[in-house]
Amino acid sequence: MKSHYTFILIALGVLLILAGILSVCMGAVEISLSELRSIIVYQLGWSDQMHFSSQQEAVFMRIRLPRIVLGGLVGAALGISGAALQGLFRNPLAEPGLIGISSGASLFAVLMIVMESRFLGFMSSLFGYYALGIAAFIGACLTTFIVYRVAVGKGKADITTLLLAGIAINALAGSFTGLLTSISTDDQLRNITFWSLGSLGGASWQTVWGVLPFVAFSLIGLPYFSKALNGLALGESQAGHMGIRVQRLKRMVVILATLGVGASVAVSGMIAFVGLVIPHILRMAFTPDHRLILPGSALLGGSVLILSDVISRTLAAPAELPIGIVTAIIGSPVFIYIILKERKKRVF
Amino acid sequence: MIEVENIVYNAGNKRLLDGVSFLAKPGEFLTIIGANGAGKSTLLKLLCKEIQASSGSIRIRNQAISRYTTEALAQFRSVLAQQTTLSMSFQVEELVMMGRYPHFENRPSEKDRAIVEQAMQETGITEFKNRTYQTLSGGEQQRVQLARALAQIYDQPGGILFLDEPTNGLDMLYQQQIMQLSRDLADRGFCVISVLHDINFAARYADKVLILKQGKIISFGAPQQVITCENIHAAFNIRVRLLQDEEFQCPLVVPTMELSNKI
Repeated sequence: MKSHYTFILIALGVLLILAGILSVCMGAVEISLSELRSIIVYQLGWSDQMHFSSQQEAVFMRIRLPRIVLGGLVGAALGISGAALQGLFRNPLAEPGLIGISSGASLFAVLMIVMESRFLGFMSSLFGYYALGIAAFIGACLTTFIVYRVAVGKGKADITTLLLAGIAINALAGSFTGLLTSISTDDQLRNITFWSLGSLGGASWQTVWGVLPFVAFSLIGLPYFSKALNGLALGESQAGHMGIRVQRLKRMVVILATLGVGASVAVSGMIAFVGLVIPHILRMAFTPDHRLILPGSALLGGSVLILSDVISRTLAAPAELPIGIVTAIIGSPVFIYIILKERKKRVF
Repeated sequence: MIEVENIVYNAGNKRLLDGVSFLAKPGEFLTIIGANGAGKSTLLKLLCKEIQASSGSIRIRNQAISRYTTEALAQFRSVLAQQTTLSMSFQVEELVMMGRYPHFENRPSEKDRAIVEQAMQETGITEFKNRTYQTLSGGEQQRVQLARALAQIYDQPGGILFLDEPTNGLDMLYQQQIMQLSRDLADRGFCVISVLHDINFAARYADKVLILKQGKIISFGAPQQVITCENIHAAFNIRVRLLQDEEFQCPLVVPTMELSNKI
């Protein structure tokens, strides 16, 4: 790895921490930097003095901190998975939704919301409050598995078929979701809408611990394939000639991306644009080298989601905007800017 | 050392290669020529382990090719494809460094860097090592790919280089540079096998020429023995004249203006 990569990653890490601090301090209950320091010092047992109110402590420990950690994890999973899938598909337009993760998750989530106690009642009795998230996660994994199976022939997964199968399965899942939506009640409809726009409102330490292992798989596993994804930019056969096991690469990237994004979608709903735009920004600014892009997208994705969450809960306070709206409003202009700049580069 | 024995390759019910056998030693530059659809690329794919022969055997360094893993082959064998489209705009230097990927885990060693530097120099691309691939001309891109393939096996004594029509679409100067580089590599002890279209280039630079026709070898040997009017006519179905040149032991092939099917 080149030394300036380390520098960039450290800078992105600092950005993530700053985003976290900003997010802690802002909100209905304000916490100043010195109060924040005091809370942390007190919590760590380094000091007995309390220069803060107990309300601030409770807000910090039980509401803001888990929400920030969750936002960081979800953003990181979306960013790194988007980057890895763009590399795998050799296409800058790829994003986690392409292989069915989002559509599958939303189909199962909507199924849970609409069918409530009838079919999936046993899920609720088993998992209680988390039934929706678990159903969404199962849906994400199941659809991705189907998409992948369709694309595999003679032990080889064909990328074009994978793409087309993804489109077909997405359409199918989308139509079932639409069907369920059309028979839903007004209350359910509202639930569905909010779920599909995404929110970090359900954050608690329990959701953090629930998501963490899956996201950790993505965050630790995917960077391991950086070199292989670089090689894949030359095409599959060339990558093979360079000693890259292309079939294993495809399988592992799909599995790792699905685990991270599936778990994220399960707890936060569908959050648009992060997986698509974040890797682009880094690629444009620095290099397409996945050794930088993969960890970089995780860090920047985390920061962006934490900051978007600040906007989503402060802009229209005390109401909360769905975070997917915020990311899309910020993400779309950025994306258009990228497209225009890319086009300028290709003058000939 | 590459030993190819009696290989047959069927695609569906079509026989693309039929009983091909030959031997390529370290230090040899072997070219494969033949008309379109003669099976040249199929043969190269078999040698690269991209596809598997229906029957027959390919042995590389005294071991069946099937017993090598992808990683093991990449240690000492590199391939230059006809054309490479890049999905992302990597810098030239990073692209050449990809050739060293089989040799390091996370960080390239000093040796890897030195080899990349050397490979770029030998292919004459050092001046644009900081440019991105997409901004280069076709000829420059091909030389970057060659540098990558070279870097992959640079420090492997008796390494193997496969080239698939490396001079396609390049002007005379680049063609000559690539041929000269292949020649130099062979002289350094590498085994170079190249699919070529230009018979004169093949004859001038190669130690051995293999002519394929409809999946079978018509002739295999030193250029002087292989390049004959009969063989060329059999392989390409064209009438040619051979011109002698005193500096050059092998005759030059010049097409006549008569179409062969009218004769």
